[in-house]
Parts: sequence; C-alpha cells; structure tokens
Amino acid sequence: MRYFVLFASILFSTFSLAIVDGHEYVFDGENKKENEAKAELFNELAQELRCPKCQNQNLADSNAMIAGDLRRELYQQVKAGGDEQSIIDFMVDRYGEFVLYRPKVNAMTYVLWYGPIALLVIAVICLIVIVRKRKQQPELDEADLSEAQKKRLDELLGKDKGDDHV
Amino acid sequence: MKRWTLFIPFIIFVLLGFLLWRALYLDPKDIPSALVDKTFPEFNLPTLVSGETKTQASLQGDVHLVNVWGTWCISCKVEHPFLVKLAQQGVKIVGVNYKDENEPARQWLQELGNPYLYSVDDEAGTLSMDLGVTGAPETFFVDSKGVIRHKHQGPITQANWAPLEKIWLDLVNEAKGGSQ
Repeated sequence: MRYFVLFASILFSTFSLAIVDGHEYVFDGENKKENEAKAELFNELAQELRCPKCQNQNLADSNAMIAGDLRRELYQQVKAGGDEQSIIDFMVDRYGEFVLYRPKVNAMTYVLWYGPIALLVIAVICLIVIVRKRKQQPELDEADLSEAQKKRLDELLGKDKGDDHV
Repeated sequence: MKRWTLFIPFIIFVLLGFLLWRALYLDPKDIPSALVDKTFPEFNLPTLVSGETKTQASLQGDVHLVNVWGTWCISCKVEHPFLVKLAQQGVKIVGVNYKDENEPARQWLQELGNPYLYSVDDEAGTLSMDLGVTGAPETFFVDSKGVIRHKHQGPITQANWAPLEKIWLDLVNEAKGGSQ
C-alpha cells in the first residue's frame, strides 16, 4: 500500500513552477475560501501569461524587470477581484496576443489549433487507403506461375534439376 | 503506383527546408505591437524639468515621437546623441522617463543635451505599462490626432533612421493635408 501511494504520488504529481519573489504575493483577505481562489487564479495566470520581453518564459518564471512589473499588476488586479477574462484582456490590449501561451482561436490561429488534427486525419486516411489497396491485390501462389517463370524461380533459388543438396 | 508519387517526400522536404531556412532570418523579438492604430493611452503626469502636468491631449495637433528612456538604460545612451540631432532638425520628441529617479534624469539631460519638448516622469511605470513597453528605448510615432501609428523597439540610430524617416514624413504630410 505504501508503495502504491508513493507510485501514485509520483505519477500524478503536477509539474509546477516556483514564482520568482513568491513571498511578495500574499492573499490575506478575511474570507479564507476567497483567498485560496484568488491565489489559485494568480498562480494560474502567472504560469499561463508569457513574459513579453522573454522568448520562452512565463510571468511566474522570469526575473526580467517587465515580468516583475506584470506580476505586481496581476497581483493587484487579482487582489482587487478582477476575473480571469478581464485580466487577460488587459494584458492582450497592451502586449498583444504574444503574451498568451494558450492563444485565442481565430482566423490567425486556426492552423495552430486545428493543424495537428488535420494532419492526423490525413495520416489516417492515407493508412486506410494503403491497407485497402493491399487487400485488393490477389495473393500470388506458385501455382499461378507460367512454366518459364517457374524455371526462372528455381534458378534464382539455386535448385538444380531436382537435386536438393543446397 | 505512379512514378511521380515517389517524389512526394522530396517535395515535402524541400518545402520544409524552405520554411526553416526562411525562419532563420526572422527576428523572434520583433513582436507586433498591440497599440499600433490605437489612440495614445490616457496619462496625467508631471514633467521632469518644469514639473507642470501633461496629459494625452498635449500630443494632439502635431506629429510627435514619444521616446521611452531611462538613465539606467545603456541603449538609451547610445541613442541619445541621434535624438538630439533629430530635435535640431525639427523633429518633435516627447520623452517618457521610465522607472527612473528624477535627479539623475535631470542631470543626464543637462549633460547630454535635451532633445525632448518635455519628458513626463513615469516613475511608477503606469503609462509605460499602458503603452505595452517591454524595455527601453522604445519609440512611438504618434500622429496629429494622437493615434499611435508605428512603434520602434531599440535605439534609433543614423543606420536605421531612413525607413523611420519615411514614416515620420508621411505623418507630417498627412497632418499638413488635414489642416489645409
């Protein structure tokens, strides 16, 4: 049982990033449940929003000056009770879609969102076509060969006039 | 199987190769600004030298370059002499002093020359955040109606000014055409 728990905890442990300067972002309102929800939203957004100065770090992970500023802004907005969508809109209005690690679905991102599915569908279709074609081809038997072909086959296999010593 | 189908992998290879080769010459830091063609964000900030309050309304009526700078920013120092030169040529430049201390900033302007009509003191970085600034220097081309028309990231120098000058002149001509 102990091993099972250990195994399960390894299997289901979620990958999480430590937030730089994490101690600065304390949610200590009166309502405990609300604090937890806010902290969760803050963590979620800090991990999902990309630092606009960095090529591939999120707000939680980056120590760039701008990431620090945006973490503080995010903290203040979450603390003031801002909801997820309004905060995301705030960031996109200023820094563009670049800051979204999960880009919105629109004409510009269709390829990004649906491309992999389209490729998978194409691959499956190709596979089906190939398999069907193979099935349609009649299986050949040695009996179907003409005399000349049989002779050539024997030659290639090294059979000398019934002498099977090879 | 038809013979030409044998070339499909090769064609895919060539297309992929072209795509990746092209991507080698793209600048991943060149992020399209979300603010182009939007009205300059509202602000209400004191200027660095005279201390009077300026708002976004002060940008209307003429074409301006809005240059985000700070004394802590090394590229700004590189850019500064060229801004002074542009100002002498009659380009109207407004500064946004980004997350900086007042005294060193004033000293900087005194020692290196002041190319700005005025610099607003954005010590808290609120205006810069509304502008989507990710670092300094950044320069916004604002038309006479107060709309941001172009954003340049990094220092403006003699070497990269030519295409920017065209944008600038277009805006100036547009402003002239509108007032006649």
